[in-house]
Amino acid sequence: MKWLRNNWQEIPGLVANHVTLSIPAIVFSVIIAVPIGRLAHKRRLIGGPVLGIASLLYAIPSLPLIIAILVLTGLSARSMWTMTIALTVYGVALLVRTSADAFAAVDKNVHDAAVAMGHSGMSVFWRVDLPLAVPVLVSGIRVMTVSTVSLVTVGALVGQSGLGWLLTNGFQRGIAAEVATGVIATALLAVILDGLVMVAGRLLTPWTVRRHRRGKPARVTRRSRGALA
Amino acid sequence: MNYISAAFGWLANSAEWRGSTGIPTRLAQHLITTGIVVGLALVISLPIGILVGHTHRGAGVVGAVAGAARAIPTLGLLTLFGLMWGIGLKAPILALVILAIPSALAGAYAGIQAIDPAVSDAARAIGMSELRIILQVEIPLGAPVIIGGIRAATLQVVATATLAAYIADNGLGRYLFHGLEAHNYAEMLGGAMLVIALALILEVVLAAIQRWVKLRVTNPRSSRRQQLHI
Repeated sequence: MKWLRNNWQEIPGLVANHVTLSIPAIVFSVIIAVPIGRLAHKRRLIGGPVLGIASLLYAIPSLPLIIAILVLTGLSARSMWTMTIALTVYGVALLVRTSADAFAAVDKNVHDAAVAMGHSGMSVFWRVDLPLAVPVLVSGIRVMTVSTVSLVTVGALVGQSGLGWLLTNGFQRGIAAEVATGVIATALLAVILDGLVMVAGRLLTPWTVRRHRRGKPARVTRRSRGALA
Repeated sequence: MNYISAAFGWLANSAEWRGSTGIPTRLAQHLITTGIVVGLALVISLPIGILVGHTHRGAGVVGAVAGAARAIPTLGLLTLFGLMWGIGLKAPILALVILAIPSALAGAYAGIQAIDPAVSDAARAIGMSELRIILQVEIPLGAPVIIGGIRAATLQVVATATLAAYIADNGLGRYLFHGLEAHNYAEMLGGAMLVIALALILEVVLAAIQRWVKLRVTNPRSSRRQQLHI
């Protein structure tokens, strides 16, 4: 606590750096993973190998990947692009499967009806498939956001700024309070960004919120019927 | 590109394959740590996950634990435990066990929970005890998903055991940290390639095991023992 009282001014800057490293990777991951997921869903022949590669990429440990990117691209250890590339690799690997699931969850009849009404391929994607895939997509983006925020801390080992610095600096100086602050601040940041993604998802799909409200009484009766039985 | 050949040069150097800091020793340390951690995590999480899946009680707690664990930075838990228990294997093993539990727990729970309740009820109706239902009906049917959870936990531990080298003189991660300190790019990249290769091999092997078990569950006729019964 004493450490926090004396050093709290450092934290906003570290949070800002942490967010600066997280957001681009999250955005790039969504932009890259959604089309790949859609392709994997539409073309089963490509889908299998694509999902296999994604799960292999996700299996690569983080520090070795960061180091490999560092050495192979010749980027500086402190360049944010080193982290952005590494985090995007994980983000895409994590999100491709959920994207494929999200498009698979779209009712086939709705999709076919849109085609029958004369929507072009692009129009079906933007105005029918993508909006209907958003709820499942958002659940995947939330998982990916939390994992990205947590992974940014590993960058501290190669000299990247962010809340991970509290972990390495606190460990080297033997200040448990500094490390604990880093852990809690990172977890809090992850929860906050997760909440923001959830709210964005709700705002993008107002119809799901309305359906929930309508669905409630039905659920209550089913549950009370179970209690009676 | 000369870094890649330098890394292969480092890997090919026979001096790196001998002694207490040699690649075979480090690889063995890495695998032993992973084995201990996964073993401990499974002993704790499988019974709990299977029980929650069987009774359908406490599912919310399992979900919350699995979700919250993702938000905790791995490196933070390692360094915090390292400060609490000092240099040695106790701190990384405990931290890694905590990190491995959620995946294994979620897999065990999801595997059992997803089984059609009518199947368990049928087993109950023909007079099977609850223990027999769990052991002979639910665990075999849930096995592919349970193994999926074990696979995720193992991969996570192998990856994170690399970071454990930050607080303990153990495992393949030592090459990464030593290389970083000494600005030895050949050692850094060589070590990174070793860890990546190990993780990828494990992933492929575990995925194959999972697929094989899934095949046995969805198409039991392909298993010989079942054929004899028919």
